[in-house]
Amino acid sequence: MTPIFFLLFAVMAVVSALMVVLQKSPVTSAVYLVLVFLSLGGFFVLLHAPFLAAVQVVVYAGAIMVLFLFVIMLLNLQRDVDDGLHHAARRVFGWALGILLAAQAFLLLRGSWALGPRGKEPAALVHAQGNTQVIGVRLFGDYLWPFEITSLVLLVAVVGAIVLSLRRGRSTGVEDAP
Amino acid sequence: MSWLTQGQVPLEAYLVVSGLLFLIGVVGVLVRRNAIVIFMCIELMLNAANLAIVAFADQLQQTDGQVFVFFVMAVAAAEVGIGLALIVNVFRARQTVYVDEVNLLKG
Repeated sequence: MTPIFFLLFAVMAVVSALMVVLQKSPVTSAVYLVLVFLSLGGFFVLLHAPFLAAVQVVVYAGAIMVLFLFVIMLLNLQRDVDDGLHHAARRVFGWALGILLAAQAFLLLRGSWALGPRGKEPAALVHAQGNTQVIGVRLFGDYLWPFEITSLVLLVAVVGAIVLSLRRGRSTGVEDAP
Repeated sequence: MSWLTQGQVPLEAYLVVSGLLFLIGVVGVLVRRNAIVIFMCIELMLNAANLAIVAFADQLQQTDGQVFVFFVMAVAAAEVGIGLALIVNVFRARQTVYVDEVNLLKG
């Protein structure tokens, strides 16, 4: 059963990703990107990571894509305008470079490589304790400091976004308050 | 391709999908001129890396990879917030989001 779902998600992810690049309208690209994120959530379920699958759907397909769509609507973007020869040259260059990179990756994967030693948490054990619980214990145990720093990163992002979107040379509205 | 009938998907299959998604992201960044679509392609590359990390974590039977992916997602969320604010600012200054028309350092 797993290979069938794997193939389904793989085809869905790759085709939608191609459509993200090929579609002219940014809104269509964004909706196809949601499909890519959803199929990646499916992969996470197949890889015994249901918590990450939920986070993927909620954070990526939900929050981040809504942010993208909001900005597209805010800027009122229509279909991309082609600018002729200049754009055609870049397209040829881009796809040529992509194919080169694909050849490199293929050669790397064909060569021999070895995995490190196995850990002590097989999927059955994690499943017995609950995937979310295991990750929660890791987050607040071994990874407490990175977790706290992540909260700092998010705080900086919030403050940074506000500072960036303030208009300079204009009253901020605070002084206008009675 | 004997794994199709044996019911166990090998690590290499996930790596191939992850590599393809990353490649499409790279090509998108090179080919498109709309800053927002370029940004979406960067998200695509981040997700391809996440898939590879989780596949390795599953193969090596440990949950550290899943915790790492959790951090990557948090950083990606912060990055999207800042990046989109920057794009909106560029649009305010230039009335365009096409990266090849934003080629002056002067604001």
